[in-house]
Amino acid sequence: MAKHTLSVLVENRSGVLSRVSGLFSRRGFNIDSLAVGVTEDPEVSRMTIVVDGDDYTVEQVNKQLNKLIDVIKIRTLEPSESVSRELALIKVNATPANRTEIMQIVEIFRAKIVDVSKNTLTVEASGTNEKVTALEDMLRQFGIKEIVRTGTIAIERGNKYIKAGNNEE
Amino acid sequence: MKLTGAQVMVKSLELEGISTLFGYPGAAISPFYDALLDSTLTHILTRNEQGAAHAASGYSRVTGKVGVCVSTSGPGATNLITGIATAYSDSIPLVAITGQVQSDLIGRDVFQEADITGATEPFCKHNYLVKDVRELPRIIKEAFHIAATGRPGPVVIDVPIDIQTQEIDFKYPKEIEIRGYKPNYKGHPQQIKKIAEAISIAKSPLICAGGGVITAKASDLLTKFAEKCGIPVVTTLMGIGTIPGDHSLNLGMLGSHGVYCANYAVNNTDLLILIGARVGDRALGTTGKIAQKAKIIHIDIDPAEIGKNVSTSIPVVGDVRLVLEDLLEIVKGGDTKQWLSMVLETKQTRKKTIDIQTKNVNPRLVIDSLSQKLSADAIMTTEVGQNQIWAANSFIARKAGAFITSGGLGTMGYGLPAAIGVKKGKPESTVVVVAGDGSFQMSMPELGTIKQEGLAIKIIIFNNSRLGMVRELQKNRHNGRYSQVYLDSNPDFVKLAEAYGFSAERITDNSQVDSALDRLLADDKTYILECIVDPEEATV
Repeated sequence: MAKHTLSVLVENRSGVLSRVSGLFSRRGFNIDSLAVGVTEDPEVSRMTIVVDGDDYTVEQVNKQLNKLIDVIKIRTLEPSESVSRELALIKVNATPANRTEIMQIVEIFRAKIVDVSKNTLTVEASGTNEKVTALEDMLRQFGIKEIVRTGTIAIERGNKYIKAGNNEE
Repeated sequence: MKLTGAQVMVKSLELEGISTLFGYPGAAISPFYDALLDSTLTHILTRNEQGAAHAASGYSRVTGKVGVCVSTSGPGATNLITGIATAYSDSIPLVAITGQVQSDLIGRDVFQEADITGATEPFCKHNYLVKDVRELPRIIKEAFHIAATGRPGPVVIDVPIDIQTQEIDFKYPKEIEIRGYKPNYKGHPQQIKKIAEAISIAKSPLICAGGGVITAKASDLLTKFAEKCGIPVVTTLMGIGTIPGDHSLNLGMLGSHGVYCANYAVNNTDLLILIGARVGDRALGTTGKIAQKAKIIHIDIDPAEIGKNVSTSIPVVGDVRLVLEDLLEIVKGGDTKQWLSMVLETKQTRKKTIDIQTKNVNPRLVIDSLSQKLSADAIMTTEVGQNQIWAANSFIARKAGAFITSGGLGTMGYGLPAAIGVKKGKPESTVVVVAGDGSFQMSMPELGTIKQEGLAIKIIIFNNSRLGMVRELQKNRHNGRYSQVYLDSNPDFVKLAEAYGFSAERITDNSQVDSALDRLLADDKTYILECIVDPEEATV
């Protein structure tokens, strides 16, 4: 099934996240990832929701989300016309023998080492979901102790933007 | 003007034009009940909070106003839940006000605490937990607006007890600005034009009218539209009354419990026009499969209904009344004579004659005779089960709002409390409740409310000492392995009625029906007519 990315502006109030996530479970929709944060307007939050499903599912997700009073605006983002990123922190086993190799891999992926201890390295990586997954795969051979991923955030390219008011371009 | 939160609640209800509310007090809502003493509002004390929600629903359905029900926190609020879900399924505008424990104790599992906003979130249109008394006027204003506009539905306002006692300078807002809520009322002219074109070339068009037509107060326009274009009409369970029951173009109710003629028309139409109908699974038969040879037009105020259960060729989002007004201006209709004569012949030939030789009392005969005796402004509410379907298929609803039932959720125990709300809303109308012995017992204590309010409600109980609908399902689907469907300890309903001071009688034979109905209708108080029905009597 295809993945679809929805950019959803919602009122920045308590309970909104549970309404949105509850809608997914109640209606049997499959959330791939959900990332949320406040926008340039402190009263508005933006959710980036990645949905796994066919066209019917995406249309229904769109329409059912629109019914929620706290949802201000929804747009389905076309992959070719949007930029998406995910942030990950990966804590990997590191011995004196393989530390250099790990650092080389991190370098290739344009990731960063943000913490170091005698036995571990913590890597910060950002990029598309696929890139982060590829880095994770490469680091797995050393033994990953812990991993945290934010889920995808996405924004449209160029002059297009989504605002809570009617001033869209 | 300095008012406490409770006074704000009462004052806001008055400003919303509310005159009657239904509820049940308790500790966490006690400041509100105290403030109620100084108001002009009439409060109906039901015997259970669920009864209050259903009564508010019945009241709303006959008055067109938002129904209001009130409960305390915890168990009071959870008792409201079935009524809220019922209103959500049938798109009934309701504001449910619940008391909540003190703000700073929320989340500590204190006495009578329940997360009612969390619990009702999946089946209410919107809900609020009031955290600041200054927000109360705005929240109440918004709640009534949201409940009544667009596709109507229930809204819950949960008010902690300390919010009810805090004081503010009261000012009720005039305007509302909800960024994410702007219902679309006007149908797109291009789409409406497409409907007119499709109708002009259709050979066998068919209208399917749902409860949305009643909500939009558009039944007169629907009838005009059907007559102008010569299109027959089938209704959903919620759509009964959208076109008069005795209108020649009315083919009756469709679906698994509908009549042959309506289903025949659905299976043979080339253009199905769904109006204010969500095409639920009981109407479809199999989800997603209806009128497979037909082009489908769907008119609904809720965009999410379009394409949800059936794929649509011409979708129109808008208020049914406004869309029909626009459509009537341009639609001409095609040649449907042959189609009409075919479906109307089916209606005639397959019309079941009521078998008066049946054992005990034939429920269809009762509803049929009752229909002949009732005036056009009489209102029937039903419970859920076989009684509901017998009533749906035999009652002649002469106008919209004459048949009130729990269509979407199928809530047993709805009919009796709903009738209380109906009678309070339309005291001049004859109100008849049709019940089964099972469903009647779900809300039986509401007889106390009827007694206390001095209401005259006609109650017909079809007693087969069974959960008839479930029994029939077990007969057909589980090879007659009957499980837990025997109600062997039913009370003596006649004596029960007498205990409340009501008249009552029991009939066991078809020959008694006519005169018993006369006595039921002639009595100026509540009257219970118990009809003994053969357990083998089929639903359709």
